[in-house]
Amino acid sequence: MSNSLYNYDDTIVALATPAGIGAIAVIRLSGADSFVILNKIFYSKQGNAIDITSKKANTIHFGVIKDKDIILDEVLISIFVAPHSYTGENTVEISCHGSIFIQQQILNLLVSNGARLANPGEFTLRAFLNNKLDLSQAEAVADLIASGSFAAHNIAIKQLKGGFSFEIKDLRDKLMGFAALIELELDFSEEDVEFANRTDLKDLVNEIINKATRLIKSFEAGNVIKNGIPVAIIGKPNAGKSTLLNVLLNEEKAIVSDIAGTTRDVIEDVINIHGISFRFIDTAGIREAKDKIEAIGIERTHQKISEAAILFYIFDANEMEEKELAGIINELQNKTISGQQKLILIGNKIDANNVVKDKFHNIPIIYISAKEKNNIEALTNALTDYINSKNIDLNTTIITNARHAEALHNTVMVLKKVLAGLDSNISGELVASDIRDALYFLGLISGEVTTNDLLQTIFSRFCIGK
Amino acid sequence: MLKEYDVIVVGAGHAGCEAAVAAANLGSSVLLITSNMQTIAQMSCNPAMGGIAKGQIVREIDALGGYSGIVTDKTMIQFRMLNRSKGPAMWSPRAQCDRLRFAEEWRLMLEQTPNVDFWQDTVSSLILEGNRLAGVNTVMGIKIMGKAVVLTNGTFLNGLIHIGEKQFGGGRTGEKAVHGITEQLISLGFESGRMKTGTPPRVDGRSLDFNKMEEQFGDENPTKFSYTDTPKLMKQKSCFITHTNQKVHDTLKTGFDKSPMFNGRIQGVGPRYCPSIEDKINRFADKDRHQIFVEPEGWNTVEIYVNGFSTSLPEEVQLKALKEIKGFENVKMFRPGYAIEYDYFPPIQLDLSLETKLIENLFLAGQINGTTGYEEAAGQGIIAGINAHLKINEKPSFILGRSESYIGVLIDDLVTNGTDEPYRMFTSRAEYRILLRQDNADIRLTPRSFEIGLATKESMEKVNKKIKNVEELIKFFKGHTVNPSDSNGLLSSLNTDEIIQKTKLFNLLSRPQISFSDLSNTFSELQTFLENIDSDNLEEVIEQAEILMKYEGYIKKEKDMVDKAVRLENIVLHEDFNYLQLKSLSTEARQKLSSTKPQTLAQAARISGVTPSDISVLMIYLGR
Repeated sequence: MSNSLYNYDDTIVALATPAGIGAIAVIRLSGADSFVILNKIFYSKQGNAIDITSKKANTIHFGVIKDKDIILDEVLISIFVAPHSYTGENTVEISCHGSIFIQQQILNLLVSNGARLANPGEFTLRAFLNNKLDLSQAEAVADLIASGSFAAHNIAIKQLKGGFSFEIKDLRDKLMGFAALIELELDFSEEDVEFANRTDLKDLVNEIINKATRLIKSFEAGNVIKNGIPVAIIGKPNAGKSTLLNVLLNEEKAIVSDIAGTTRDVIEDVINIHGISFRFIDTAGIREAKDKIEAIGIERTHQKISEAAILFYIFDANEMEEKELAGIINELQNKTISGQQKLILIGNKIDANNVVKDKFHNIPIIYISAKEKNNIEALTNALTDYINSKNIDLNTTIITNARHAEALHNTVMVLKKVLAGLDSNISGELVASDIRDALYFLGLISGEVTTNDLLQTIFSRFCIGK
Repeated sequence: MLKEYDVIVVGAGHAGCEAAVAAANLGSSVLLITSNMQTIAQMSCNPAMGGIAKGQIVREIDALGGYSGIVTDKTMIQFRMLNRSKGPAMWSPRAQCDRLRFAEEWRLMLEQTPNVDFWQDTVSSLILEGNRLAGVNTVMGIKIMGKAVVLTNGTFLNGLIHIGEKQFGGGRTGEKAVHGITEQLISLGFESGRMKTGTPPRVDGRSLDFNKMEEQFGDENPTKFSYTDTPKLMKQKSCFITHTNQKVHDTLKTGFDKSPMFNGRIQGVGPRYCPSIEDKINRFADKDRHQIFVEPEGWNTVEIYVNGFSTSLPEEVQLKALKEIKGFENVKMFRPGYAIEYDYFPPIQLDLSLETKLIENLFLAGQINGTTGYEEAAGQGIIAGINAHLKINEKPSFILGRSESYIGVLIDDLVTNGTDEPYRMFTSRAEYRILLRQDNADIRLTPRSFEIGLATKESMEKVNKKIKNVEELIKFFKGHTVNPSDSNGLLSSLNTDEIIQKTKLFNLLSRPQISFSDLSNTFSELQTFLENIDSDNLEEVIEQAEILMKYEGYIKKEKDMVDKAVRLENIVLHEDFNYLQLKSLSTEARQKLSSTKPQTLAQAARISGVTPSDISVLMIYLGR
């Protein structure tokens, strides 16, 4: 199942600049079909097609990127003709506006027109393979690839842990179950087992297609950015979580009362701070639940904490003691937090002049009064400072999402072929050939599916063997 | 006492016999050593050759110039092409053989092979000169020198047979186990493991009531395994199908406390796809019956093989349970089923040529490598025999790719990822399944074999002629157009859209509803063209051309995949490459690559745990 693995003939695309809120971003396209692909989406400002292949090497052109009739952005493109480019291949660099949303849209458009998202370090690898780098640079390239793929993998795993792990796993299991049913009738047709009929198989494929399509929506262009970076607000009951959320949102969203445990469910909303979207998640307080509804709320809290990129731990600064706080920090770092999450401590219910701060000595704490709306800006500054220091992570998140969407898109595309095959009643091994492609694409995000996995599924479900 | 041989083959089962004839026909002087010359090419288990994926392997062996297909054709009592209702890539020949005739025919063919000598004895150890193999010592105390040795010990190495609570040493029922070889190889640095397999009871056909069973006939128009001029099967014998029932299961359960499978006495790993009847009852408790195939062991013998009833329960429990099966009420047993444990050597210790990495000129083939099945054994045997000959003649080894044969898939899987249960071939193991068909094994492999001097000139000419005929026929289909008026009658009778303008025959054939014979029966110009083809086997030519045209899209897709993979297949990795020093590789990749020592970058990529980024890193260190 190695369709496009190690394929260095196709055209790859990636952001060349770190994503963020900068003025300009550069998207790089490299490979034999770079110009052909760009021709499909690049037009003059008046809307006329421009043939890039007719342009001279090392020239810059102004125009717009269009997705069908919709103009995405005004851009400058630079043309490099093989072998005179960084990679040694035909290369186009698109300078677009810095909005993360636009970058994401253009990336997606290029992918749907035939480019593939580059693997970590792949531009450099191609440069090396095309003799553009010398051997002394080899080790650095190798390290880059290794670390890049490690980081990407970590992000992917983290993201899967948070939101979509369950759905992706379910999808993979269903597809594998389907593949096993097809393989069963091929390799074990002589066995005394019941084979699934074509109608059942079609229903199963349709179910998988629907599920994957739903998932694509959650990964699609800009969604993450629109969804915002998840920030979970946690703390003991009545520490002021809901009040803080309301202050940040400027509205009465969470039910605020003095009765501990009022926030029974998780409440979320998105707010834009200094150009970056954050999704704030109010949680039920973490403590032993007294009733069932609250227990559900607390369970969700734990789940939300694991999904968040940033944790606000808010406490009543008047009641909290240093020893207890140190214990809580320790516990959060050991148990709840994966180590990748940023923890921000917030001392609440404090006046600007209050001397109570001193009792926490060296622990970095932002003091606020949510009720009085005091010092909220220090909190928002802390958020944007952190994100700006983490530019690369944000970048990888975009790529990871585009990657997930790409893999799922390809999976659905192939599954539609499977469906057509079942409809025209073609033989199982031909259907299986397409299913293998689907498993390959899904495997890019869910882990490879090997023949042994398939056989294992068959042997555990059916009594095979004479 | 004996002369020095080029190649010594230890063991005369399916692997050993193929290894011996391959090396001998290439020109090596070969000594075939077996503990018992009466049991050469024994079918120790099922009296059948072929089956799904396995039948393809036999066709491949035949295309390479091996004898398994010829022997099967000459001794079969029933032939079926399995999976006929599926596409041609799934068609799998399977034959029921006369067990006694099969062994006899193999022996006669070996005797007629000029370069093969025989010696009845048991090899107890290897003779080494440094790291290189030099000969063998036998239990009779004889020293036999040889330049290369192929070990095909099957289940004999420290073989241990289990029936109920009894256990005794043996390599097969009634035959002694072999000791000494495992111990010596371990002392030389090899790793060994333990596997388990089993066989069902054999019964007296005169004691069965076949009227109570369902008859299973052979194909109406049986084909055969060999591409050579072996005789066509003229009459056939039937098999019969019956089932176990709740009473059988209950009776079997009374012996479970004495089952070596369940009380932990058997430690070896058995095959999941060939479970014992007790295992099936245990694991699939909700199934109230299991299929039993009642298979005759030959034309004349009354012995019956009870397929589906493999067991190691106490013999009295076996007999009691058999009597509960419909048609078996008065059954007489010839010999009980048993389980056998034996030593194997994890095959990642081998090169793709089947030569061991540790000892030069030592080759292993068959169950000793952790496989199961006559076909898998024979497939390795022929490759080991070929490579033993090539090695001592200082020629490059003969390695079949995954895209050109099931044998290639088999060996690559074994050598690259090893196996922890007896390995059996399935079509799903081949990523290029649509290319690896039983109909084109000759086109795929005979040219490869001819190149090294094994396949004969005659068979090569035959293949060339076939290829030429097929091309002519396809060219005709792609060039010849037919009129709507001549075609639409046929089209509407087959429930497919009528044509409104002149259309190529090729386009009609690519419709799923239309077969080649539909067209040849309708269009006289096609008839005439066929009559004028100068072919030895027009049926085969038509079959081949029809498949190539009907499945052109899928065949092209897989060929494209092969082309992409070729680049990595061509990048050679040296054995002494130090993976541990490459810090950019993942820890798992470093360890797996160091222990497996893949021969090409493509093989490295197939090792489980080696990621695409590891391969990119390797490409860099190889200097692109």
